[in-house]
Amino acid sequence: MDGAFKVLTQSFAIGILVLLAAIFIVLWVQSEPSIHKFGFGFLTSAAWNPPKENFGALSAIVGTLMSTGVALVIAIPLSIGIALFLVEIAPEFLRTPLAVAIELLAAIPSIVYGMWGMFVLPPLMSSYVQPWLQKYFGFLPLFKGAPLGIGILTAGFVLALMVIPFISSVTREVFRMVPQTLKEAAYGVGCTTWEVVRNIMIPYGRKGIAGAIFLGLGRALGETMAVTFVIGNSHKLSLSLFAMGNSIASTLANEFTEADTAIYMSSLIELGLVLFLITFIILGLAQWWLQRSQSSGSRR
Amino acid sequence: MNLMRRRILMNRLVMALSGLAAAIGLFFLIWILGYVTVKGVGAINWAFFTQLPSPPGVEGGGLSSAIVGTLIMTVLAALMAVPIGIIAGTYLSEFGRDSRLGHTVRFLSDILVSAPSIVIGVFVYLVMVKPLGGFSGLAGAVSLAIIMLPVVTRTTEEMLRLVPGEMREAALALGAPYWHTMVRVVFRAATAGLLTGVLLAVARVSGETAPLLFTALNSPYWGNLNQPMSNLTVTLFNYAMSPYDDWHAKAWGAAFLITASVLIVTILTRFILRDRSKR
Repeated sequence: MDGAFKVLTQSFAIGILVLLAAIFIVLWVQSEPSIHKFGFGFLTSAAWNPPKENFGALSAIVGTLMSTGVALVIAIPLSIGIALFLVEIAPEFLRTPLAVAIELLAAIPSIVYGMWGMFVLPPLMSSYVQPWLQKYFGFLPLFKGAPLGIGILTAGFVLALMVIPFISSVTREVFRMVPQTLKEAAYGVGCTTWEVVRNIMIPYGRKGIAGAIFLGLGRALGETMAVTFVIGNSHKLSLSLFAMGNSIASTLANEFTEADTAIYMSSLIELGLVLFLITFIILGLAQWWLQRSQSSGSRR
Repeated sequence: MNLMRRRILMNRLVMALSGLAAAIGLFFLIWILGYVTVKGVGAINWAFFTQLPSPPGVEGGGLSSAIVGTLIMTVLAALMAVPIGIIAGTYLSEFGRDSRLGHTVRFLSDILVSAPSIVIGVFVYLVMVKPLGGFSGLAGAVSLAIIMLPVVTRTTEEMLRLVPGEMREAALALGAPYWHTMVRVVFRAATAGLLTGVLLAVARVSGETAPLLFTALNSPYWGNLNQPMSNLTVTLFNYAMSPYDDWHAKAWGAAFLITASVLIVTILTRFILRDRSKR
């Protein structure tokens, strides 16, 4: 009976592995027509022409990477600042309520972020943020073009808000694992809070912080609804953050139910496979770093 | 002395900046919640909960079918994911703590927790919608269940690990078989924790839209598990993307309803966990 109990629980645990393998295999098999027809060129072609049955993933991949890049540029400093404030600086009575408040940002559904972003952000972006960026950084190709208010920059901004709670709460845990004695030793020789942070906490927790950032990155890459609302959904490849673009996830959300030919459907599935592979690797690295930071913390 | 002043200044600057970062985070939380509340509360009335959707421009109408559809799919998803997740979590906590299989399942579940939900939607479309010949509420529930599964599994493991080993030993010493010990002693001790896992999983999926786009689709009518099934999030998506003002108002109502429910469930889980850690 006990043997059966163990086998039962074990088989359910293996079930999770089977499920994950099934997702990979099904996506792989179903993208076979597109893989066969376009080969590796699928990843480097910016074509997206359903009537001519010519598809390439480049604009979606670039849009995904650019919007995620914007998100990380905004979210990393903010999240580390928040974690720092919650662990070292804020007065004791503020720490828990503030931490809960920041984590509530993660509880807001992504579609609500998207809707809020679509109705609130475009006028603010096009009349304040984008002209300002153009005035001071207009020489960069990133900030060329008409300030439309929607596009990759706006999508990146919404994504930043969404990943802040993930990066900051993991970073906070990492900072909290820094042994008190190390910090006190540094304070004891006269370090300021900032010097303790820079010389003790960040070096000690760097694997954990890398894990936190990659966790946020993995989340941002696969985020669908928030991006679909504000990115503009255009297949035109552009180097400007002001341009309307698309991401892998937003392309799937917009076109999957409209795909009328087999090769169109298969190309979309291959996009999904590409997204799944990228996020799988990124999230795998995140977990690996987080586990290593935990075990090295306990060993010392 | 000059160096000292510079160090102190730098320190103050960093402290101020990190305080500012926290203030920015808080500011956006309040902005988004406030905006959704102000825009959404006005759309919430009796008809919103009791009437079927009306075409744009037609007075009245509500989202009753969408609310019921979301409830049905979420409950059905929980019925599928919770037992499987609890049993798999039991393996991780009781038998797989240090085994290679345990580590692998733990690692992959953690990845699956954050995996893009839209890909789950594509997967369920390929294995259920296409072979069975149509969008269905059941397919929607299955895709939500897949998203819930790793959440339930991992929380179950964590919660079972909190039950002291002495409790298991006490029951085993009385001659109880292991499965009996688990079911009658350990699960019972961890009830509140297991409930938290379920609530977290429900909170995780109740705002999900992407996996439903290709599985349950949407419908303006009362739900049916064999057919496209009305649900709040896809309705919200369609309404918000439409050009009609009265649909926008209803979309804000739906956004408010979803956000409020998710926040309430999230805060509820925090209270359960805090009560446990106090004891």
